Amino acid sequence: MSRFDAAKYRADFPILKRLVRGKPLAYLDNAATTQKPRVVIQSLVDFYEKHNANVHRGVHTLSEESTNMAELTRTKLAAFVGAPKPQTLIFTRNATESLNLIAHAWARKFLKAGDIVLSTEMEHHSNIVPWQLLAAERGIKLEFVPVNLDGTLNMEKAKELLAKGPKLFTFTALSNAIGTVNPVLELIKMGKAAGAVVSVDACQWAPHKPMDLKTWGADFVSFSAHKMLGPTGIGVLWGREELLEAMDPFLGGGDMISRVTLEKSTWNELPYKFEAGTPNFADQVAFGPALDYLSAVGLDNIAKHENALADKTRAILEAEGMTVLGPTDPAKRSGVVSFNVPGLHPHDVGTAFDLEGVAVRVGHHCCQPLMHLLQCGGTARASFYLYNDESDVEAFGRALKRTLEFFKVKPKAGVR
Amino acid sequence: MEGDAELQDLYREVLLDYFRSTTRKGKVDPADLRAHGINPVCGDELEITAELKDGKVAKLRYAGHGCVISQASAAMMAEALEGTDIPKAKSLVAAFKKLMLENGDVAGLPPELEQLASLEGVRKFPLRVKCATLGWNTVMQGFEVKKS
Repeated sequence: MSRFDAAKYRADFPILKRLVRGKPLAYLDNAATTQKPRVVIQSLVDFYEKHNANVHRGVHTLSEESTNMAELTRTKLAAFVGAPKPQTLIFTRNATESLNLIAHAWARKFLKAGDIVLSTEMEHHSNIVPWQLLAAERGIKLEFVPVNLDGTLNMEKAKELLAKGPKLFTFTALSNAIGTVNPVLELIKMGKAAGAVVSVDACQWAPHKPMDLKTWGADFVSFSAHKMLGPTGIGVLWGREELLEAMDPFLGGGDMISRVTLEKSTWNELPYKFEAGTPNFADQVAFGPALDYLSAVGLDNIAKHENALADKTRAILEAEGMTVLGPTDPAKRSGVVSFNVPGLHPHDVGTAFDLEGVAVRVGHHCCQPLMHLLQCGGTARASFYLYNDESDVEAFGRALKRTLEFFKVKPKAGVR
Repeated sequence: MEGDAELQDLYREVLLDYFRSTTRKGKVDPADLRAHGINPVCGDELEITAELKDGKVAKLRYAGHGCVISQASAAMMAEALEGTDIPKAKSLVAAFKKLMLENGDVAGLPPELEQLASLEGVRKFPLRVKCATLGWNTVMQGFEVKKS
């Protein structure tokens, strides 16, 4: 590698030293969750050994320390994603909860029967099911922007559907299943011009590509810490301040109130209005060093590095005549490679790869409507991150060869 | 294929033969028993249809896409259950599930399930056990519906 020193980063991730079924681990399931650098793991240990106390409550030293440490992450995150104010970033359990928060606290208050929620056929189940639940409860109408066979959004249809005046346009920035990079800025602009509130699922974007929420101009953006070197149990919802102020709380309880009488309560200020109960403050603290790590490496460098590895992997697959899903245009691709071995079920592919120490995700990737559309029950998916290197691509190649030989797969060359 | 002992232990030759076999693939129509199973792990769907006559499973077919393990297991199940009476069929389902879920002894399998011993390697891959039991759970659902 030239400037990007994957070997140096690799050494920061203790888990990458382990063996799987007797082989060195080639971890290619980063779109599901990423591994954690030592600094993140150590920060959890340090926190519990030296600072642990409940936040926002006590006047004692430990409580003050833990509150400051947890809030420091919010400040760092605001800088990382270009949020206008730290308090517009709400910590949830995961991105699924962030999307559900929008459905419960915003949509239930502001949408009525007959209003349209526009999504896309590319979405993760977490950006479909909350809206279906709301449709059943409130009689709102759900529409979806179709996906072309090359795995890109049909922009013409998007325009037509937006012309119907949906109240909410909610879409993924980057497909977890097939790796399509959507034209986020254009979609936000189109949604806003149509008068919709725009929500972006940035789960796969935030770990890999820079974002500046101020210039994005969306209304809600959701993502998750565990997909960007951070601990599990921390999701993020960014919301435009006026919207967050106008919304009712999501969950009721401690921390989210300003004053409680037996008759009535008033709400705490942002972001605490949406963070009821004891928050996951230890993991929130440990998300801080993850952001520092990503900032030091640089998201642009990461995207370049993983795209190069993904391209090499695609070349191996195409040389063997495998089916590779997703856009053919390199500019619309990411570090996600979704593929099928002709005649073989993704689960059998996944197990054969596992025997070679290669961790790939198999199945529908929580995107059953998209899989149905692309006429496959599922795929096998390799997704790269900053600590992957050539050795992982080589292991992938070995695993593929082994699979094809064992199952005697004779693909037609050039299947696509 | 020789030389890949690890893959061979899981995907035994007999299993691959059943996977490729189309003898009992398809649907019985009209069917006395019809059941639909979904593997929540991968979303694979399997439809079991059967003709029941004189208290026996006269004919049993499986339809749907799936991995080598779920398809081969369904094919072997169809072969094993055809011709048995219903209580016997249920006891065979129980015996197979015991093999897979409770690490049952291969030697203790009823003679009708002799071929199913080829699935013992699957137990080293706990996530794949659901693939092996999909057909069996589905047919059991079918028997339960029949009863009520």
